[in-house]
Amino acid sequence: MPTKIEKDSITGTDTTGHEWDGLKELNTPLPKWWLWTFYATIVWGIAFVIIYPSFPYWRGTSGWIAREAIVAEMAEVRAQQEPMLARLREATPAAIAADPELRAFAVAGGRVAFANNCAGCHGAGGQGAQGGYPALVDDDWIWGGSLEAIQHTIRHGIRSNESDEQRQSMMPRFGADGLLTPAQINDVTEHVLSLTNRATDAAAAGRGAEIFAEQCASCHGERGEGNREFGGPRLNDQVWLYGSSRDQIAAFIRNPRMGVMPSWQGRLDPAVINMLTVYVHALGGGE
Amino acid sequence: MSTIEAPHRAKADRPAAAPPAAADQPLYATRQKVYPKRVFGLVRSVKWAVLVLCLALYYIVPWIRWDRGEGVPNQAVLVDMWNARLFFFWIELWPQEIYFLAGALILGAFALFAVSSLFGRLWCGFTCPQTVWTDLFMFVERWIQGDRNARMKLDQGPRNANYWVRKGLTHLVWLLIAAATGGAWIMYFNDAPTVTREILTGQATLKVYFFFALFSGFTYLLAGWAREQVCTYMCPWPRFQAAMLDENSLVVTYRDWRGEPRGKAKAEGVGDCVDCFACVHVCPTGIDIRDGQQLECIGCGLCIDACDSVMAKLGRPKGLIAFETLKNLAASQAATAGMPAGPERHACGMKARSVPRFIRPRTLLYAGALSAVALAMLGAFLLRSTLDVTVLRDRAPLFVRLSDGSIRNAYTIKIVNKTREEAPLALVLQAPQGFALSVPDAATDPAGRPLLSRRPDGISQYRVFVTVPPGQRLPESTPVSFRLLDAGGRAAASQSSVFLGPRS
Repeated sequence: MPTKIEKDSITGTDTTGHEWDGLKELNTPLPKWWLWTFYATIVWGIAFVIIYPSFPYWRGTSGWIAREAIVAEMAEVRAQQEPMLARLREATPAAIAADPELRAFAVAGGRVAFANNCAGCHGAGGQGAQGGYPALVDDDWIWGGSLEAIQHTIRHGIRSNESDEQRQSMMPRFGADGLLTPAQINDVTEHVLSLTNRATDAAAAGRGAEIFAEQCASCHGERGEGNREFGGPRLNDQVWLYGSSRDQIAAFIRNPRMGVMPSWQGRLDPAVINMLTVYVHALGGGE
Repeated sequence: MSTIEAPHRAKADRPAAAPPAAADQPLYATRQKVYPKRVFGLVRSVKWAVLVLCLALYYIVPWIRWDRGEGVPNQAVLVDMWNARLFFFWIELWPQEIYFLAGALILGAFALFAVSSLFGRLWCGFTCPQTVWTDLFMFVERWIQGDRNARMKLDQGPRNANYWVRKGLTHLVWLLIAAATGGAWIMYFNDAPTVTREILTGQATLKVYFFFALFSGFTYLLAGWAREQVCTYMCPWPRFQAAMLDENSLVVTYRDWRGEPRGKAKAEGVGDCVDCFACVHVCPTGIDIRDGQQLECIGCGLCIDACDSVMAKLGRPKGLIAFETLKNLAASQAATAGMPAGPERHACGMKARSVPRFIRPRTLLYAGALSAVALAMLGAFLLRSTLDVTVLRDRAPLFVRLSDGSIRNAYTIKIVNKTREEAPLALVLQAPQGFALSVPDAATDPAGRPLLSRRPDGISQYRVFVTVPPGQRLPESTPVSFRLLDAGGRAAASQSSVFLGPRS
């Protein structure tokens, strides 16, 4: 409680009654308009609560909801994009890539669609992952890296049994199903290593070459150059989807694994598929 | 100086009410309306000139045209929010150059400090928009309702037709000025002729009308109604300007050693102050300068004019109120202590004064800071590049191994072109032998270098690949640099980066 309220001799104003090390503070009255401003803010606050949604299950008299505002804004942006999307829907990927305006739009939109739909397996930058998730930035394509081939793959998927035109291939389980003996598998492995000059046992590689010509060449090519028609990956290059070591190659021959990619036709707008096609093609490996 | 920091002083021209008992002290004070009287003199003339200059600048600048070519705004000063460009005559700034604005504000702050330490509150009294517009509004008020006495009589008199016509007319003119003020503000952000036409024909956007109403409304409120309340209660500047002032600053000062004791003009043994209240009546904040330095004083010096004209009529020397340093005031006070009023006292007090020290550590410091910021701004402006290149290395993946075993890095190159030039630039890679550069989207010049076209006044983006053939010895990280060459082969811009390879 203030105890020593006194009148300041110079100003004639009361002090607050407190003293701090000899200092006294004047209790100067507040201007009245300040008080009215304070009341006005209270009125404003109450009006705000009534007009805007302030409580659960209370939309306010204005009915304004942030969520609806953003939905409306998104719809507006969508409508703005629609003419462009319509053109992207009609055009072939080659036509899109040739038109700078369409191409810029497709690459920008493709980046977003890729992050939403593809990055889970193929990585944020299309770098893929060891163990069956192909990189899209390199120049090695299992099913082809042309715009048409990429579009087909995205549309119909790989081994997902969702489309009649899907990419379909199957490597036999040479070891697990007893098609080759362990020694033969060892020989074939040696031959596959020799395709990239990594063989250590020339005799085994020679024996393996015969088995390879018989069992593998129809899909992987005579010299391991691959065959895109059957989705037979190249074996004579530096890009290995399931690992390049002797053990990894041998294990794969014994019991191969094959990845699955869904068919995006019906899941994504044709315009988005075209945007993805152009984007993936532009990542660095497009042919 | 305790006199500077002295808070609230008594208002001498107000009738001294009986002091209330302690418990009766009101919590809230009713505003005392101020009726400033018309005044003539040197300070008033300067103030009019500054007012005309400030208002003319404010209203005319948005209408100045500046040809920048086809498709570019031709308004000399324009903040183009939609396209994120700031136009100032020949200068065109991008949002990332906002530090020039920050620099200008810092410059303004130091200039304010320097001026305050030299001449007191010149800014408050002469150039502050609050002062300028309040002055203008008071001029309108005086023109329609008459001078101080007429206005007081009008307010106290009956609410008759004369009252309502004069008041209504005043507010109408105020609102028109406020609308012009708010409208002019909008013009700094929109093409002036277009937005004026749109506002007048009702075609402007809701946003334009909102800001138009906001700025107009606050001009009307602050200059018409709030006035000195803004300076006393809302503005932070009066609260800390005491830190810039010292005993060597020229501030509006009443020479009490000469004026006291106050008395009638013909009375014997009294000072020069005849207690005519002329200084109080002209004060736009309603204070009595004779109470000493006080927070409410905006340093406009109108009381000097008022007092000088009274002194001239009485045939006494001018300068009873003057721009004076507190040091001189103290010296005069000391020299004349105990002397009887009269010409000798005046002569003795004036003799005790010395030339104000304008050069002192404080002013040197402010001037130094001012020059340093000005030089830094000038340097930044002269070195400002109109063509920048940024290189963003792909981080996912860090590098790509291609079928033949070569290693490739991808980069995103952005050409920031602040000019309207369109000539393409050749991209050159500075890297060890064997590093090959390719840009899929670019044409090549006869020398085989990629030619990157650039958007005028915009950013162009390219995806660039650098490939190292298999077998080449490659450290984990190799510094590389990208340079853009103009048609003459000169480096227009460059940016360094690194090339990453597998861990060896």
